Amino acid sequence: MNLQDTHVTPLSHDQLMSLLWAMQRIRVAEERIGELVATREVRTPCHLSIGQEAIPVGVCTVLRQDDTVWGGHRSHGHYLAKGGDLRAMMAEIFGKVTGCARGRGGSMHLVDPAQGIFGTVPLVGATIPLAVGAGLSATLRGTDHVAVAFFGDGATDEGHFHESLNLAALYRLPVLFVCENNLYSTHLTLKDRRVKDNIVESAALHGLPGVVVDGNDVTAVYQAAQQAVDRARAGEGPTLLECRTYRWRGHVGPAADLEVGTDRRRELDDWQRRDPIAHCRGLLNAQGLSSEVFERLETEIRREIDEAVSFARQSPAPDESELLQYVYVRGEG
Amino acid sequence: MRTLSYAQAIREAHAQLLAEDPRVFLIGQGVRNPWYAGTSLQDLDKEFGAHRVIDSPVSENATTGTAIGAAITGMRPIVFHPRMDFMLLAMDPIMNQAANWSYLFAGRVSVPVVIRAVINRGGEQGAQHSQALQALFAHVPGLKVVMPATPYDAKGLLVAAVRDGNPVLYIDDRWLYDLQGEVPEGLYEVPIGAAVIRRSGRDVTLLATSYMASEASKAVEMLTQRGIDVELIDVRSVKPWDRNLVYSSVGKTGRLVIADAAWISGGTAAEIAASVAGEIFHALKAPIVRVCLPDAPAPTSAVLEQAYYIGAEAIVSAVEKVLVSSTRS
Repeated sequence: MNLQDTHVTPLSHDQLMSLLWAMQRIRVAEERIGELVATREVRTPCHLSIGQEAIPVGVCTVLRQDDTVWGGHRSHGHYLAKGGDLRAMMAEIFGKVTGCARGRGGSMHLVDPAQGIFGTVPLVGATIPLAVGAGLSATLRGTDHVAVAFFGDGATDEGHFHESLNLAALYRLPVLFVCENNLYSTHLTLKDRRVKDNIVESAALHGLPGVVVDGNDVTAVYQAAQQAVDRARAGEGPTLLECRTYRWRGHVGPAADLEVGTDRRRELDDWQRRDPIAHCRGLLNAQGLSSEVFERLETEIRREIDEAVSFARQSPAPDESELLQYVYVRGEG
Repeated sequence: MRTLSYAQAIREAHAQLLAEDPRVFLIGQGVRNPWYAGTSLQDLDKEFGAHRVIDSPVSENATTGTAIGAAITGMRPIVFHPRMDFMLLAMDPIMNQAANWSYLFAGRVSVPVVIRAVINRGGEQGAQHSQALQALFAHVPGLKVVMPATPYDAKGLLVAAVRDGNPVLYIDDRWLYDLQGEVPEGLYEVPIGAAVIRRSGRDVTLLATSYMASEASKAVEMLTQRGIDVELIDVRSVKPWDRNLVYSSVGKTGRLVIADAAWISGGTAAEIAASVAGEIFHALKAPIVRVCLPDAPAPTSAVLEQAYYIGAEAIVSAVEKVLVSSTRS
């Protein structure tokens, strides 16, 4: 199956600028988080998506505020791209009461219901069926909301993934399954875990379209996501997008885990030459983007990140009296 | 008042909840088939449509996760697991996701889902068609666990569970499906966390869960004939459970027997016994006795099954033992 018949609008200069801004903002935020982890100011496990920014940005740009996204442990990018509050994310990573989960969640548990982010969790693949549920909910309520499950290639090894693809296809639910195939599941490469590089084939097996996308080309991700979202909103059911990308940093924290995998250094160099942000800048440079404009954009982003980190640092920790709160909701919840 | 069977009461609760609230839907294996649900869901699909009574593939994990995702985004799903044993394939969505969600996200997101699990013991079905796992779920903060023992409670607790706003495990026992009892026609709630005194008495508190509450009633008849005045409590909710009512009863009688047709080690009976001993030890005139299943999987052979499953006679013996071992009268 393919999606070639669906109409895609070409991206304008302003749209490309907005994609570049969103990717650069994730990059700078995560580099800063990496520094905070390296200096031990931040202790909670932080999984960085540096090098993979084109996927959340390309997908979330075509979503509406009331569409939902469901992520895993590596979800700073999903949260920011979908409109999650930056200051609340930083404060959460610092374990502060001003954090998006009042300091209970840390980096792996981000939430911003007003932006359609109902929770990210580290159990691998766990939110895939939850996204299917959000799709079912939209269908039963008669809305045209779309749900997006973001997950890594490791999650496709889990049973959740296959059961969820089948359910979503069976009930024609408005769900995008977005596999960010960064070639690693903790320390294991794809070839350590599968006899074939065949994740996308799961789609055909379960009766939904599956598309392989260059995950480092934000325009390719955007266009594939646009087609899949259009399909979902039209009631035509789910799509699996396998976005090929690469994890620059290690499984957790800022180090690159160079001891992991035989050719990781060379692999990393190759993939860094395919930096999704540099790629987008290249498209804009061809349209006349000056380095002055880019530097101004970067300065503004850095100022915003600095401000968010200061906010997080200066925020109070939760009070001990909160310890047993929120185990249950009261009343109707 | 009219009389319904336990299974009919469950069906009526489902039908009225589906009619009352468009957010309610049902998903699980065999919801259209009496093989799985007996009469407890009969023809609901015909009445409300297959889109609201969804007979799912054998996918416990995704089905439960789907219900949780739907609950988070505004629905009130009831997930049906026709044999509780198979529900273990959905432990991640239940324990890691639904139970944690409210706490983890500081109450900004909640999971108003009901997970209905049926105990199907006996009939030479063996170890994997028989487990009563209430203690496993009662252990987990964030979950509530209810176990109705009468048709009245079967309806009222399901209504309360759907309206609760938290993830609630609703555990029913197929051995109770034909039990008759009075059931009001309209929608009503039996409050979660409230036990009930089925019979008031002076000599000993007999606390029972689910099917054992039914066996306990038979035991009370036998004991009454022997001049023993039993106070019978049906606990109804095992998480949270009604400490006040139980402590007050044991404060009066000074003796406690707990009957729960699940394994003895680390079970609901152990939890209640430990709490009573820890909180009102001074009120006890005798050691607490538990009437539970032995720590073995269920055997299939009828002879072994007969030895394995406990009922009214074991409860009678336990009550007599407690009276004999009393240190004070």
